[in-house]
Amino acid sequence: MTQQREVIVPEPGWARDFEAILEAYKQAGGDPDALRMPRMATMVVNANKVLAANDAHGVHFETEELPDGIRARIFVEPGTRVEYPIHLCFGMLPTEGVQRIDIEYEIGAGAQVEFLAHCTFPNAIKLQHIMDARIHVGANAAMTYTESHFHGPHGGIEVLPTTRVVVEDGGRFATTFSLVHGRVGRMAIDYDVSVGAGGVAEMTTKAYGMANDRIRVNEVLHLDGEGARGLTKTRVAVRDEAKSEVFTTAEGNAPFARGHMDCTEIVRGHAVARNVPVVVVRNDRARVTHEAAIGTVNHKELETLMARGLTEEEAVDVIIRGMLR
Amino acid sequence: MTSRSSQEPLLQVEDLSLRRDGRPILYKVYLTIRRGEIHGLLGLNGSGKSSLAYTLMGCTGYEPDSGHILFDGHDITRLSITERAKLGLTLAWQEPARFEGISVGKYLILGMPEPDRRRAAEALEAVDLSPARYLNRSINHSLSGGERKRIELAAVYAMQPKLAILDEPDSGVDTLSLSDIAALIRRMADQGTSILLITHRDEMVTVADSASLMCQGSIVFGGAPANVRRYYDHRCKVHNETVGVVMPEVIASGAEGSERRAT
Ligand SMILES: Nc1ncnc2c1ncn2[C@@H]1O[C@H](COP(=O)(O)OP(=O)(O)O)[C@@H](O)[C@H]1O
Ligand SMILES: [Mg+2]
Repeated sequence: MTQQREVIVPEPGWARDFEAILEAYKQAGGDPDALRMPRMATMVVNANKVLAANDAHGVHFETEELPDGIRARIFVEPGTRVEYPIHLCFGMLPTEGVQRIDIEYEIGAGAQVEFLAHCTFPNAIKLQHIMDARIHVGANAAMTYTESHFHGPHGGIEVLPTTRVVVEDGGRFATTFSLVHGRVGRMAIDYDVSVGAGGVAEMTTKAYGMANDRIRVNEVLHLDGEGARGLTKTRVAVRDEAKSEVFTTAEGNAPFARGHMDCTEIVRGHAVARNVPVVVVRNDRARVTHEAAIGTVNHKELETLMARGLTEEEAVDVIIRGMLR
Repeated sequence: MTSRSSQEPLLQVEDLSLRRDGRPILYKVYLTIRRGEIHGLLGLNGSGKSSLAYTLMGCTGYEPDSGHILFDGHDITRLSITERAKLGLTLAWQEPARFEGISVGKYLILGMPEPDRRRAAEALEAVDLSPARYLNRSINHSLSGGERKRIELAAVYAMQPKLAILDEPDSGVDTLSLSDIAALIRRMADQGTSILLITHRDEMVTVADSASLMCQGSIVFGGAPANVRRYYDHRCKVHNETVGVVMPEVIASGAEGSERRAT
């Protein structure tokens, strides 16, 4: 199956929109040149317009525009080793509106693929971004998904991603969500991951809330197959009046399933952080552990940096940025 | 030398006392460190050496109940850690903190007046760590205790302070040897850094130009390193080994036994 690079027929204003979203993409930490590289699978979405959806060897996009968003299916053929990361850009440049992304990832058995997604809403004042993702990682396939967000300085956004993941036997799935520059607004992430025999899932969430930002993370890890392994890693910093709530559940449902939840949250000012780990073990040869450190910046770390001449605020910033790296 | 009179001591601690949770930890401490000097502070475990280091640095919970700390012409007794550091005072902790997501290179550069990667590499070499292997590593728990301590010394070296307090730089496995530390602090002294070298190993003070002996929260003896060593051996260690604790009489007799009066 061979496809041309320009799947989308440019409409009037396309180039302007494309350049504008690339600029926003850059603000979210993306590299615009990557989106122009041939042989690289890419998809660029602004509001409810798919500005680009470029297939690469073994990687196919099916897209459809909806009144308030898009629907997409990304299919990676079984056994494909995708050479370059697949770059995805979801953005919305207006100050107001709704963007609904309905997206499906089908990673064929034995395929290996990495996604770099950037979600950018630089001007958001009254915006809603709703993502509904279904991910299927085939047997012995490996998928790495990294999503970085930029919500601009106003905090006027609600980001509501829901992701259902099934990792088949021997599959590997690693995801990182990060929202550490600019305001958060309100975000509520919902992850549900089931892992088959010998499979591995790792979920990392990093967020930095300030002013009246609200962060909610809900992750459920079902270790269903024998020897399935899973890790949730949460790194959150909140200051000012921000609030964060992290709910993580890990279920050890099969022999030799191993789960671990690791949560660190730094709280400053009047911010509030809540962490609720839930451990469920349904098999007497499974094991699930958790560790959490919630609170102020580690005192000794702070004083160590101050003894190098940093002010308290600078030291706190270095520690928080390090944790969120 | 600085423009200040070379007669004036770099650090002068006068009548410094500290209580924590109602317990006396430091009691009427007098200590003088001259410019360019390597000063050894010797004492048994629990004698209050680290507490003195934290008090000098201005750490939270170590605000003295009485006394003064004069540093380079300033009364720093009530200054913040940052202000003290900016005046040229720093501390290498006995058990240095770990940092998630901060690279060794970044850590070394943090304390420099101007970011200088060459000096960061030089600092690692000074503590016998390969820059190529360490600059990009994270200062987290993947480092051994010895590696972490070396990096702490490197950070102090890189910062080039006026006075570096080194709290037990040789303690822990896989740290620098006595001769390595001697070479390192000589090198720091050559670059204008005076040193307060804290140790409970008496052979360590041979590196110093002068020394003080701490017992039960007080400086009980000061003078030439060899004399301080001898005093430690005869009066301090012996008591500790035979009685299990240092006897108060050591403190009492120490004041008269002082060669150089700490004023
Ligand atoms: N946080 C603390 N609260 C109360 N006492 C302490 C605290 N830390 C240390 N001490 C006590 O202070 C004394 C001096 O300890 P320290 O300064 O660590 O001695 P050194 O460094 O010479 O081994 C010891 O008796 C120790 O038990
Ligand atoms: Mg000590």
